[in-house]
Order: sequence, then C-alpha cells, then structure tokens
Amino acid sequence: MAYSEKVIDHYQNPKNVGTLDKSKNNVGTGLVGAPECGDVMRLQIEVDEASGLISDAKFKTFGCGSAIASSSLATEWLKGKTVDQALSIDNMDIVEELNLPPVKIHCSVLAEDAIKAAINDYRVKNGMPALELEEKKH
Amino acid sequence: MSVKLPIYLDNNATTPMDPRVLEAMLPYFVEKFGNAASRSHPFGWVAEEAVDYAREQVAKLIGADPKEIIFTSGATEADNLAIKGVFEMYASKGNHIITCTTEHKAVLDTCKHIEKLGGQVTYLPVQADGLIDLGELEKAITDKTILIAIMYGNNEIGVIQPVAEISKIARKHGVLFFTDATQAVGKIPVDVNADGIDLMAFSAHKMYGPKGVGALYVRRKNPRVKVTAQMDGGGHERGMRSGTMNVPGIVGFGKACELCMNEMQEEAQRLSLMRDRLEKSLLELEEAYVNGNIDHRLPHVCNISFKYVEGEGLMMGFNKNIAVSSGSACTSASLEPSYVLKALGLGDDLAHSSLRFGLGRFTTDEQIDYTIGAIKDTVLKLREMSPLWEMFKEGIDLNAIEWAHH
Repeated sequence: MAYSEKVIDHYQNPKNVGTLDKSKNNVGTGLVGAPECGDVMRLQIEVDEASGLISDAKFKTFGCGSAIASSSLATEWLKGKTVDQALSIDNMDIVEELNLPPVKIHCSVLAEDAIKAAINDYRVKNGMPALELEEKKH
Repeated sequence: MSVKLPIYLDNNATTPMDPRVLEAMLPYFVEKFGNAASRSHPFGWVAEEAVDYAREQVAKLIGADPKEIIFTSGATEADNLAIKGVFEMYASKGNHIITCTTEHKAVLDTCKHIEKLGGQVTYLPVQADGLIDLGELEKAITDKTILIAIMYGNNEIGVIQPVAEISKIARKHGVLFFTDATQAVGKIPVDVNADGIDLMAFSAHKMYGPKGVGALYVRRKNPRVKVTAQMDGGGHERGMRSGTMNVPGIVGFGKACELCMNEMQEEAQRLSLMRDRLEKSLLELEEAYVNGNIDHRLPHVCNISFKYVEGEGLMMGFNKNIAVSSGSACTSASLEPSYVLKALGLGDDLAHSSLRFGLGRFTTDEQIDYTIGAIKDTVLKLREMSPLWEMFKEGIDLNAIEWAHH
C-alpha cells in the first residue's frame, strides 16, 4: 500500500511522542484499542488551569503507520485548544488531512476515541461528569 | 561498501528468475514458437522435444518418471487438480479428505469447495511448533477417507512436515497422499519415492523459474493414481490437463529444476548460515521470538515476532529498502492477522508483530548486515513510541488490562 506523504512524514518525524505524569490532576489520559486488534493508542493532554487551554499533548501508539500518524496529528491539533474545542475534532478531519484510504479509516476513529477518552479522564479527575460518547464504526 | 537497495528478502512470495533460465527460454518465444501438440511439422516437433526435455529435468529433480509430470499454470492449479481430481475420481471409494489448518489457501479453499460439493474435510490442528501430530492424523482416518493433503514446507514459517511418516500412515490405510511442496522443491531434497508421495504440487516461480507454470506429480505405479481433469479440451497432458503447452515457461521450469538439482545442496548450506546469522542477531533484541519449529525448517526462511511493535508499522520503517512480509492484519485486506501464526496458538498480538524473511539465491552477506541494522533500529524506535512497551517495562501485565475491542 502506498502511504501519503503526510503519513510518511508523521511516521518518520512523529510529533509529541512521550508520556505526561498521569497522576497530575490537570493531565487526562486516554488508552484505546487493543493489542489483539493491532493498534493501541495512548493520548494525553495537559490543561493549563489558568487559561483552560491544552498546553501539552503526548502520545504513544502501537500500530501501523496510519495509526501512528493519526495520533501524532491529533496531538498537534490539540495543543492550544480548549477542552471543549478539542471535543469537536472529528475523525474525518484526520482522514482528510492525512489522505487515509478507506481501509485505514479505523485509525482515525481510534485517534478521535483517544482524544475523547483523554478529555473524559480529565473531566472526571476534575469533578465533571464523563461525557456520553457516540459509538463510531471502526 | 554500500549495498544496493532495495533488498529482496521475500523469496517465499516469488523468486527472481535466474538469468540462465531466461536464456534457455528466449528461443521459444519467436524463433521456436511452435505448438507442442502439432505433430505434423517441424515447428511442432521442436516444441514437443523441448517440452519432453523439460519434463525430464523436472522429473529428475523429484526422483519421478517424466510421464508422471502434468504441467499446469502453477501450484494453485496443481492443488486444485489434485484435490478436486481425486475427489471426483475416487468418489466411489469415499468422500473424506484430511488436511491441516496451516495449508496454503489454494488447498484450504479448494477443500472448502469440496465441502460444498458434499465432501467431508477434517482440518487437523497443528502443534505450537507448526508440526501436525501423527497420532491425530491416523485417528482422523475413516473408511471414507480418500486423500491426505498435507504440505511439505510451510510458506509463512518454513516448517517441514514429517512427510515420509505421513505417507507411511496413508499407505497403511490405503489412502492417497498429496503434498503441496511449492516451498520445498528446489530448496531441499524431495524424492517422491523415498517420501512416499502420490501427488505433489509445485511451481517454477518459487525456484528461480518463470511465473505462470507449475506441475502436478501424479504417481503411475504402486499405486497407479488417476485424477479427473478439471480443464477439458484437447486432451493434453495425458488427458489430465487440457490446454496448449506453455512451451517457453515449461522450458524455463525445466532449466530452473536442473539448476536447483546442481546447486541446491551448496545453496541450502549458504542460505541456512545467513539465515541463522540474521536470526541470531535479531534475537538479541528483547522480546523477540521465532515462530515455528527451528529443527524442521526450510533453510532460507525465518519468521520472528517482535513483541510490542506492530508488523506493518515496523515494515514502514524500512520497506522502501527491504522487502519482507508480515503476519500483521494490516498487510491484508481482511484486517485479520495470519491464520498460520494463529494456528500455532499465537495470540493476535504476536501474530500482528511478526515478520517473515525469505532468503534466496541472490541474497548476499552485505544485504543481511544491512537488514539486521535497519530492523533493529526500527524495532527500537517503534518501541520508544509503543505504549505497550512502556507498560511492559513498568511491569504491567497487559493480559490483565480490559481492552476495548473494536
């Protein structure tokens, strides 16, 4: 399968690989996927409490190039957004930006799930109810 | 010294053609173009002579009589002809076929077809090392069993089944034994008599010959085996496979067999040394495991799982420069990881993390050096990116986590 230039670039130079301190109250962690399915994403956000903006985002991903690129792109998009703005990131935006073929759309869905899981973790830690998330088809 | 890229280590998928094979084929396209079935003029005679000679070369490599070689379009057709042909021909004797779960799709899907036709098929499981259990095989035989179809060497893991023992069991029960030997012929000694094989499929393009030509060996004596033709027409190949002979392809197949006959022994030694070196170096990585039995294995194949990295992601790190294949789901359209690795009892996670290396006649030590370096670098890089690796390093039991399956 031929990968798009953007997927290759994220794969070769992934942005924001790493780990945030998940014990901190202003860090939200989302871990989605399963090893048996061939992809697991862990995405973390750190929220600046004064401004309400996401000041940092990190990921680690077990998966194919498209999964790595989707999560790398997601962390780039998250930085500088408010938590509410982050919720509006749609998997199809990722598909479009990375030119993912149909067989790789599940990678973008996983990235969206990871964002939402991280936000929910942050919300629960800070006394807000978890959001009901719609199920997307993988 | 810089190595020429890309490096081809996917010789189980197909082999490059040996230039000596091409040379043998060339006269049979333009100059000697005749139809081998044209009995009435020199154009036909020349073609027929070439086919006869190639048939001898092919037969010699496997210890067969030339009359026992049926040329086909490849191993898939030979698999189909063997299984469907025996099922039809021996319908009055029974309708039960025994095969195993790690067979090539050309055998498995043909068996599925047989089931639709009302046949019974037993799919024997394999043990963790990829070998079948001979006791289980014998237990599976019933008075309706007409055929045992077990491959010689596996295409994904290179494991060699105990063919001679299987054939003894088949003989004892009066059942025919068919083996798909596509990966084995030309790589290791295969002798249809010593191995007790009744029918055998193999292909030219896995042994440095051209694509689009293969053969089915059909035993003529002790016992005399017959198959019902699956391709009707002019009655070529003793009525078992109609269709104008692919003369240049067959000539190339013959030449490829001759070269293997002469060079196989030395080549196998050279390749197994290189393969072992590659394997040993890659196993220096933590959490890397060989799949399949290493004592009963084709000399040029190895299959390794690199835990906590995903195969397609791994290949992306070097696949511009190194051609290998993976058992990862992502490399197939089905999104299912390798059924062969799963049949060994590997979890999906390990199946997703596997790479298959297939060395060949033109593989060099420099290529192996480069490959070792590139793969190690990529595994280490991806593990730094892998949440599973981080969890493993923290001592978290990944099996204890409730993953959200999707």
